[in-house]
Amino acid sequence: MALPKVLGIETEYGILVRGGDNNPVSASSLLINAYVAAQREASRVGWDYEDEQPTNDARGYSMDESIAPEVETTLVNAVLTNGARYYVDHAHPEISTPEVTNAREVVVWDRAADEIVRDSMTYAGELLDDGAEVIIHKNNSDGKGNSYGCHENYLVARELPFGRLTSQITPHFVTRQIFTGAGKVGCELPGRPHDDIGYQISQRADFFEEEVGLETTLKRPIVNTRDEPHADPQKYRRLHVIVGDANMSEVATYLKVGTTAIILSMIEDDELGDDWILGNPVPAIRQVSHDPSLRQTIMLRNGSRATALEVQWGLFERAQKYVQACGLDSVGADVGADVMAKWEQVLAGLERDPDSMGHWVDWVAKKRIVDGYADRHGLQPGATRLKAIDLQYHDMRPDKCLASRAGLDTLVTVDEARRAMTAPPETTRAYFRGRCLEKYPDDIVAANWDSMVFDIGRDPLRRVPMMEPLRGTADHVGTLIDSSATARELLDRLGQ
Amino acid sequence: MAERIQKSKTTRDKSESTAADTDNAADAVTETGEKIKADIDDLLDEIDDVLETNAEDFVKSYVQKGGQ
Repeated sequence: MALPKVLGIETEYGILVRGGDNNPVSASSLLINAYVAAQREASRVGWDYEDEQPTNDARGYSMDESIAPEVETTLVNAVLTNGARYYVDHAHPEISTPEVTNAREVVVWDRAADEIVRDSMTYAGELLDDGAEVIIHKNNSDGKGNSYGCHENYLVARELPFGRLTSQITPHFVTRQIFTGAGKVGCELPGRPHDDIGYQISQRADFFEEEVGLETTLKRPIVNTRDEPHADPQKYRRLHVIVGDANMSEVATYLKVGTTAIILSMIEDDELGDDWILGNPVPAIRQVSHDPSLRQTIMLRNGSRATALEVQWGLFERAQKYVQACGLDSVGADVGADVMAKWEQVLAGLERDPDSMGHWVDWVAKKRIVDGYADRHGLQPGATRLKAIDLQYHDMRPDKCLASRAGLDTLVTVDEARRAMTAPPETTRAYFRGRCLEKYPDDIVAANWDSMVFDIGRDPLRRVPMMEPLRGTADHVGTLIDSSATARELLDRLGQ
Repeated sequence: MAERIQKSKTTRDKSESTAADTDNAADAVTETGEKIKADIDDLLDEIDDVLETNAEDFVKSYVQKGGQ
């Protein structure tokens, strides 16, 4: 049976300082430090790099010699009491949500990340000169050929053959953008004029150049092979998905991770099959993105052609059979059933009239604003004012954000999202991490996804390994933490 | 595969409960779509107040370093 799909999402936000020093690295540091100082939480807790191996390749070799370890570019680092990591990656502020067990929980902690970023903008603004402000966008491209990611992570079984995983997941990664794409005015394919394409479905599709590979910043691959499980490597892989757009729509985030978790479970149980394997995925991901009519076909490996919608219907129907045969316990039965219902609804809606899905699908919502504005003002496709609309759709300033005015459905209340800014999920080891940081901040010297290091005044430092993502939940350790007044007491009772 | 696609679509159409569910779902979607159209019209009425006053300069100055 498929493993429980422990999952999470990491978002690199666009950052700009107006009226002040626009160095993105120092601006990102300012943003995070301002938030951490304001929260007075975890400020002395550093990230522990000992177990990070971003250059290990899932295909079985290490590339330490050929690329610089990316962790060296990481500067400011904070671990929050909600179990998330908030840090500077490359030249962007990034939040990795805590590990959770279903798509709805991903939406809750992704929304919490957005609220954290909004508060951070306010706190950072107070530290800048009058008139200066930090502006954050939840997007994936500056419209000038520079892209930054919104990555997803899924726990999969180590024993699953990686080649099968790669070939079978690719059709979903190429076609799911019809409901997960965040939309973009213009084209960023190297060598093609920006205005060659008036509007496309995905922010990211133009930046993918390989089918499979280890890179994340150059020659980006549709399936990333980083093999860094942050868990017991004998049992688990963490599939690191770099192909997605950051979504403003909660339903889009929900469907993006929900459908992908179901497909991964099917692949683990060998219930997906090879019917939809694509002939040429890299051109196909662009073709699909460049066709908001959803009518163009892409080549399958068997030589026939299908639209992205037909591929999605094919995957969905397979999933229906899988649900009947195997159930959806691996993705949370109730959430899984709801994901299936919404998946069918979104495909049916897109099939009838893509415009009808503007309350769920970002690229549709944005396109309707762009098209409506162009009509009213007689603007040509790709006009700069339309690019401004594109950009402001993702603006995290409440008074400037267009997505929040576009009539998008929500799944999570603002109160729930704001609670999740400080409260960890109860269903994974993130609970142990977050509660310890909240209760014993002075005794923790380092935190990582799969360990915590305590300094309780005895030599040596105590490292608590957390190699099982589903241990350390509220059920397992809630009472223990509640009844341990000090970290020393907690560790004694844990047998550490 | 063209045949298989056709077959899969026919299967979907023939499955009455699924087809009915899909119809109901799509009807709900159409109603929501009409509400969204009104929302978008309202947004377009006020959008110039929300857009940056110097939108073109803002777009030009928006340059990011590449990330992951």
